[in-house]
Amino acid sequence: MKFTLSWLKDHLETDATLGEIVERLTSIGLEVESVNDKAALKPFVIAKVLTAQKHPDADKLQVLSVDTGDGKPVQVVCGAPNARAGLVGAFAAPGAYIPGIDTTLAVGKIRGVESHGMMCSERELQLSDEHTGIIDLPADAPVGTSFAAYAGLDDPIIEIGLTPNRPDATSIHGIARDLAASGLGRLTGGAIMPHAGNGMCPIKVKLDFGDTPPLCHGFALRLVRGVKNGPSPKWMQQRLIAIGLRPINALVDITNYITFDRGRPLHVFDAAKVKGNLTVRRAREGEKVLALDSWEYELTPEMCVIADEKGIESIAGIMGGEHSGCDENTTDVLIESALWEPLNIARTGRELGIITDARYRFERGVDPEFMVPGLELATRMVLEFCGGEPTEEEVVGYAGHTPKIVSFPVSEVKRLTGLDVPKAESLEILSRLGFTPQGDADIVDVTVPSWRPDIDGKADLVEEIMRIHGVDKIAPQPLISHEAVNAKILTTLQIRTRAARRALAVRGMMEAVTWSFIPARHAEAFGGGRPELKLSNPIAADMSDMRPSLLPGLIAAAQRNADRGLSDVALFEVSGTYEGAAPEDQRRVATGIRRGTAKLEGSGRHWAGNAGAVGVFDAKADALAALEACGAPVDKLQIEAGGPAWYHPGRSGVIKLGPKTVLGHFGEFHPKTLEVLDVSGPLCGFEVFVDAVPEPKAKPTRTKPRLDLSPFQAVKRDFAFVVDKAVEAGALTRAAAAADKKLIAGVSVFDIFEGASLGADKKSVAIEVSIQPVEKTLTDEDFEALAGRIVDNVKKQTGGVLRG
Amino acid sequence: MNETISNLDTLEASLMAEIASAADEQTIEAVRVSALGKKGSVSDMLKTLGSMSPEERQLKGPAINGLKNRVTEALAARKAELKDAAISARLIAEKVDVTLPVRQSPAERGRIHPISQVTDEITAIFADMGFSIAEGPDIETDYYNFTSLNFPESHPAREMHDTFFLNPGPDGERKLLRTHTSPVQIRTMEAQKPPIRIVIPGKTYRMDSDATHTPMFHQVEGLVIDKTANVANMRWVLEEFCKAFFEVPSLKMRFRPSYFPFTEPSLEVDIQCDRSRPGEVRFGEGNDWLEILGCGMVHPNVLRFGGLDPDEYQGFAWGMGIDRIAMLKYGMPDLRAFFDADVRWLSHYGFRPLDLPTLFGGLSS
Repeated sequence: MKFTLSWLKDHLETDATLGEIVERLTSIGLEVESVNDKAALKPFVIAKVLTAQKHPDADKLQVLSVDTGDGKPVQVVCGAPNARAGLVGAFAAPGAYIPGIDTTLAVGKIRGVESHGMMCSERELQLSDEHTGIIDLPADAPVGTSFAAYAGLDDPIIEIGLTPNRPDATSIHGIARDLAASGLGRLTGGAIMPHAGNGMCPIKVKLDFGDTPPLCHGFALRLVRGVKNGPSPKWMQQRLIAIGLRPINALVDITNYITFDRGRPLHVFDAAKVKGNLTVRRAREGEKVLALDSWEYELTPEMCVIADEKGIESIAGIMGGEHSGCDENTTDVLIESALWEPLNIARTGRELGIITDARYRFERGVDPEFMVPGLELATRMVLEFCGGEPTEEEVVGYAGHTPKIVSFPVSEVKRLTGLDVPKAESLEILSRLGFTPQGDADIVDVTVPSWRPDIDGKADLVEEIMRIHGVDKIAPQPLISHEAVNAKILTTLQIRTRAARRALAVRGMMEAVTWSFIPARHAEAFGGGRPELKLSNPIAADMSDMRPSLLPGLIAAAQRNADRGLSDVALFEVSGTYEGAAPEDQRRVATGIRRGTAKLEGSGRHWAGNAGAVGVFDAKADALAALEACGAPVDKLQIEAGGPAWYHPGRSGVIKLGPKTVLGHFGEFHPKTLEVLDVSGPLCGFEVFVDAVPEPKAKPTRTKPRLDLSPFQAVKRDFAFVVDKAVEAGALTRAAAAADKKLIAGVSVFDIFEGASLGADKKSVAIEVSIQPVEKTLTDEDFEALAGRIVDNVKKQTGGVLRG
Repeated sequence: MNETISNLDTLEASLMAEIASAADEQTIEAVRVSALGKKGSVSDMLKTLGSMSPEERQLKGPAINGLKNRVTEALAARKAELKDAAISARLIAEKVDVTLPVRQSPAERGRIHPISQVTDEITAIFADMGFSIAEGPDIETDYYNFTSLNFPESHPAREMHDTFFLNPGPDGERKLLRTHTSPVQIRTMEAQKPPIRIVIPGKTYRMDSDATHTPMFHQVEGLVIDKTANVANMRWVLEEFCKAFFEVPSLKMRFRPSYFPFTEPSLEVDIQCDRSRPGEVRFGEGNDWLEILGCGMVHPNVLRFGGLDPDEYQGFAWGMGIDRIAMLKYGMPDLRAFFDADVRWLSHYGFRPLDLPTLFGGLSS
């Protein structure tokens, strides 16, 4: 919402400076977004050319002697063809910045003659594109005074950002009312005298909504005959230009002016182009209208129109029709002031994609009680600028306004804000804003003015009092804290999410945050793509589906890095995935990928040993680290071969806790998956379901279990077994460990060998068994017996035989 | 007799020469054996003492024993000398180029994303004020995102939020991506009776894309509900938060009346800063104002939707962009880069994994 200072002062009698007004506007909730104080035009003064002589060395230049008002004429070299003795124009002295040519003037020599300033064209002042000559003012323009002030160009322009709840502040009068209420002056110019008409309006209006809810709550119309439509007065044009509107003709300019002056949009029809009476109705399906913006719009019965006997003349409350628009030939004008259903205006405007100053006001809610006064004001201006003879008003469908009354305990101000505002002051503020408080009790009945549809209850009145009294008067008060040391505040899931992040970052991975929506083909490749997880209005075609997994986003990110020449990257993300649209379908997943040679210990070539390509075991280690950080019982986890379809079936695994709980997957990726993602390079990744890790059991004590350290020396023994290739190493180590759970402290695999010597379908698995005697030092016989049990159990469980 | 003495001198000279010329420990050992071994030359001399007369022994004994001692000493000295030389030679041989680079430890390479780090910073501050952390789903219903937060149907306020909608599900309900974290206010009120003191960080979505807007972004919201919480308390909480977060001893804040459907009264908050240096913002000084958050007293209708009586309970709420305050504090120029996962950006703007924000150790290092 833009307005100029002088326009505001039509409604506000005040001595306040521009700076004070701007500051007050922001502090009462009308946030000033910009102020153009026209300082750029300050250097230009009115000056008179005393003499003009031809330049000795240039045909097209003249040497002027210019009176700038300080009594001492200055010499100016000028190339303008209209420069002549006696001309009064706009002068800029050396040091002035000329916006139109982006130059700061200096004293200069032009073809050997000194020039002490410049007589300017309109283009040089950025007033217009006019550059055929310098500005030529009337001879009585006061020399030595500000050019901008003389030309009415020094009126500062203020722009405020309006919140949607303040339709009253879409009018300059309303803004002035707020400022006056805050003590910054006196509100003026409110009363509008009705204007008597001559005879009935010959054009009748019918609101015809049949059985459907009415979309119009009042319609006022008046015909003015015999107008002469030409340009509007210069002051009005200047104000309209200042706020960014293009002056068109007096009739149209008046409607635009009142839209801003009073927040009251109006429409004018050329009566000669209207056939028969007007009907306000819903548009018919597919009905079309050519609007004033020269676009043709196709309408629906959800939209309200004003039609004559031939068809639609206006899209109600949004934009008039081209056909009956007013131009210089208009002699009889119909002025319309109506009340439209705000929700319908909002919806229609949105669907048609039309943004107008009228829509802006109607969808927020205009003052119903100003419908008729608005028409009166327009009539007065039409008569003043264009002459003519008005008829009486035709008003239909307006049932009058029933004011809201809020029962207001004045103590609410203190309760909600902490401010001690005396009751009298609270009520005084409300009165100045146009509210009518009644009663002397602690609870007063406050009548809400017709221009404040946003006020519904007590809290709204508290806000009015708070903002006018001054928010800065509210002193901060400490919030009484709990009277104890704070206990743990994070939930298990929050703790695990944080722990997983730090654990993965410690493994050299970088945390990424990728989009929650991914391309449909990526979603489908990772088990997603369900219709209810597709956006109906994605911002881009490749941001269409809520992700079923974090992997596609991370893999795509790794490829982007590779395309920039960074091929070895390790990325992770701990965030949400979406299995459905219900709240419980949003999972919390820790996911990571490694690309190229981005291994735990480092990537790329190194003098001490190059890093190899990443693979399934890098992903497995990451997954287990994440799980351990999340508090999963890592020693109880089972690893099963083969992950979901997007993984390499022979190089992936599932991590389970018990037969049913899947805690994660890891592995390298299926070549077809990589093809869908259009990526290359060694890649591996994992997914760990943070929310599937069971809650820790409530512990009755923080005491750790007793630690028993055996005094007997631990020993290690190596075994190599030949087994079928299909036998999993995990099964073999489990079998060895189970041979004596008391003595065997650990079993690890230190070598895998496959070769022709063993047979095509065989392999050798070498294990190291850590033995920890707990009762006595073991004898050779004891070791023999233990080794026998290990060999027997491995044979029984896996068919493996000790390698010879 | 003199002959023996002169023999001793010769032997000593010869042994000393051998010791001196021994080049390694093996040779020294051979010399020792040849002199002091069972059949060594000096041992042989010593053996002759037993067959001597006392007088002769008295004369020759010291001479032979003297020889033995001197040879023993010389052997030990030379041995030590050779050992030192051998160690020196080994040390020289073992020299490496210590300027060769070592691999960086994984913990030094890894990074925490600024959004996570700043969320942890926020958590640390509000935890100190007795708040807990609440979360909610990204996919929401119209009811939780709008209706229950007092957005009237078709009201222009809904247009302030350019909402992403999902295709209708099997039940015909059209869900949406939450446009703010405020739905969690209602979900919390439904699940828990006051007093409520929560902060709600999370992902939010709006159809918007430029240097400071992305279709997905992060917000943190706060909610306090009890029987007395008012605007004055809210000012205190927010001023304390901003000072702590920007790590400055004092900070001027400007509260401006504004409008949000879910609060009444509503305020927007600007903080004092100095933006006169290109590419840098300093807080707690300067003459610029920067909008940082919106806040207000929870609207009575929102309390009612949450099942609370607005005449019994009251409270305040506020919301701000995590990404935005991260940009302000740490100076990232473009929001879009937050979601691009460029490892150069992550390495530069990200945080080391063991830099955990705490109040006792400082939020940032």
